[in-house]
Amino acid sequence: MSKSRTIYDKIWDDHLVNTNDDGTSLIYIDRHLVHEVTSPQAFEGLRMTKRKVRCPEKTLAVVDHNVPTTDRKNGIEDEESRIQVEALEKNCKEFDVEYFNELDIRQGIVHVVGPEQGFTLPGTTIMCGDSHTSTHGAFGALAMGIGTSEVEHILATQTLIQRKAKNFRVNVGGTAPDGVTAKDIILSIIGEIGAGGGTGSVIEYTGKAISDLSMEGRMTVCNMSIEGGARAGLIGPDEKTFSYIKDRPRSPKGDDFDRAVGYWNALNSDKDAYFDRDVYLDAAALPPVVTWGTSPEDVVSINGEVPDPEGIDDEIRKETKKSALEYMDLKPGTKIKDIELDVIFIGSCTNGRIEDLREVAKVVEGHHVNENLNAMIVPGSGLVKEQAINEGLDKIFMAAGFEWREPGCSMCLAMNPDKLLPGQRCASTSNRNFEGRQGFRGRTHLVSPAMAAAAAIAGRFVDVRDFVK
Amino acid sequence: MEKFKNITAVAAPLPEVNVDTDKIIPKQYLKTIERTGLGKGLFSELRYNDDGTENKDFVLNKSQYRNAKILVAGDNFGCGSSREHAPWALLDYGIKVVISTSFADIFYNNCFKNGMLPIVLDEKEVSLLMEETERGSNATLSVDLESQEITTSDGNKINFKIDKFLKHCLLNGLDDIALTLEKNSEIGSYEDKIKSQRPWL
Ligand code: SF4
Repeated sequence: MSKSRTIYDKIWDDHLVNTNDDGTSLIYIDRHLVHEVTSPQAFEGLRMTKRKVRCPEKTLAVVDHNVPTTDRKNGIEDEESRIQVEALEKNCKEFDVEYFNELDIRQGIVHVVGPEQGFTLPGTTIMCGDSHTSTHGAFGALAMGIGTSEVEHILATQTLIQRKAKNFRVNVGGTAPDGVTAKDIILSIIGEIGAGGGTGSVIEYTGKAISDLSMEGRMTVCNMSIEGGARAGLIGPDEKTFSYIKDRPRSPKGDDFDRAVGYWNALNSDKDAYFDRDVYLDAAALPPVVTWGTSPEDVVSINGEVPDPEGIDDEIRKETKKSALEYMDLKPGTKIKDIELDVIFIGSCTNGRIEDLREVAKVVEGHHVNENLNAMIVPGSGLVKEQAINEGLDKIFMAAGFEWREPGCSMCLAMNPDKLLPGQRCASTSNRNFEGRQGFRGRTHLVSPAMAAAAAIAGRFVDVRDFVK
Repeated sequence: MEKFKNITAVAAPLPEVNVDTDKIIPKQYLKTIERTGLGKGLFSELRYNDDGTENKDFVLNKSQYRNAKILVAGDNFGCGSSREHAPWALLDYGIKVVISTSFADIFYNNCFKNGMLPIVLDEKEVSLLMEETERGSNATLSVDLESQEITTSDGNKINFKIDKFLKHCLLNGLDDIALTLEKNSEIGSYEDKIKSQRPWL
């Protein structure tokens, strides 16, 4: 093939089982991750139609959304949550799918677990009934969230019917200043393109500021692609990618690994590959950011103020933003640094990895959480928790007055007992500030782990760059 | 899947951008292991007051929109989580068609798996229909999928585009897993090819 291609084009081509005249294609799915919330109806569908799971060995299930983050030895108290968790366990047994239960050290948020196990590999197609599947794109994989009907489709056929998306390149050049993290980069991108900006596209993130990021940072960026409307976001694989993958439980070994690296290297977008859309951001000019509203596109600098929606031309958009301010109980012109907080949540598939916890520890060591608020740290997986303990981070957190919990999704979506109370205001390292997301009438501001940590100490938003000086 | 049938029904306005799936069906309803019965949770945080009574100001609680089967909404409808509970809840409530300037990709896809029709129109057309909905139950819209046409109660017609394959599945109520399983041998030969080309998988 001589035509120049993007990494998305290449992965797509290598997974085509067949293409119809009308352009719909059947693509093969290499890896399928499953969790308890979006899978019960899919397994039930298989049972009703007497179908089997085509490739159990390409499927991995883990429980994450419903699990309590306190001691779990006595099971799950909430009955509905328990039934959902038990349903997953039962389905995995019946259909012969590997399953990590809540007592397994490998258990954690599905998007933390996949990479950790080496289940996530470059050049693969990875699907999960969860929109943040885009996370796995950090490895140069085509990773997308799907609905439950499509979960069933993959379970039964190991394929998916799709139409090819557009190629959208987001190039982040320059060097991010100290205190400006992967989270600030991706929030700034979403602020720039809007919550629907990536609709119909697969985003490829390129540029120095992206390749400078660790794998954890790249996962943070790709994770929030969906918040910019893109179903998938990806980053071309490089040495950092390969060394992260090497020697993971399910990664290729020996000759297979070397052969795989050859294939993975060739995946990167060709120099003159065509992109339908290009956006450029200069990382050197970015500040740490905070969201002020109820959409992840509502991004503002820590040194800025709550914007005034009156200036928006579009009536519907103006009204939406006005009601967001009302929901958030904020007035235009309020300085971000004057916003006081009740709760700090550090965790989620966006920022619940070891590097995130290290950043938090760096900021909070020797300080104490402000007496007016509650601060909670929820590691992304049992293995992240173990690593943090090995590094002594848990002691720093607890000495600083943080609650140090068991792994899971927790207050990212508050399906378990970790919830905001009505009216509470939270600085959160998660990915969605939607109304009610972290608890009925709760108010969420999205920030980086370092910014959340600094806010925990100060009791309000502060510029982490002033804070650590 | 049920076939999509043409409908003539009241359309309700939801003039808001970025209506997310958390708003459409909040997480407390995701603990179900079934597809049915989610209509009670549709927009629940907007639809009900804290004491569980109906919020009279919410559009679907107004008498003229109670029987709405069509929603006309702002840009980027259905953004956020992949929960198929969102179309399940809309359908269970009785909404069969949503019209907007754009939809989040996953939500859009999920609709078609459930016999629901999301229609993308340009800004002018959506605002025209939004105005039309303001007339409440006096103004119904007719949606004809076969001819890809929306007709207002005054007889104005708006055409819409739709992917041929998706239209075909919707009109015939096709189960796409069954369709794919017809290609079983092609999937098998793809798997054989991969075994030799990318053995590490
Ligand atoms: S941490 Fe939050 S966003 Fe991530 S999978 Fe869990 S609920 Fe979804």
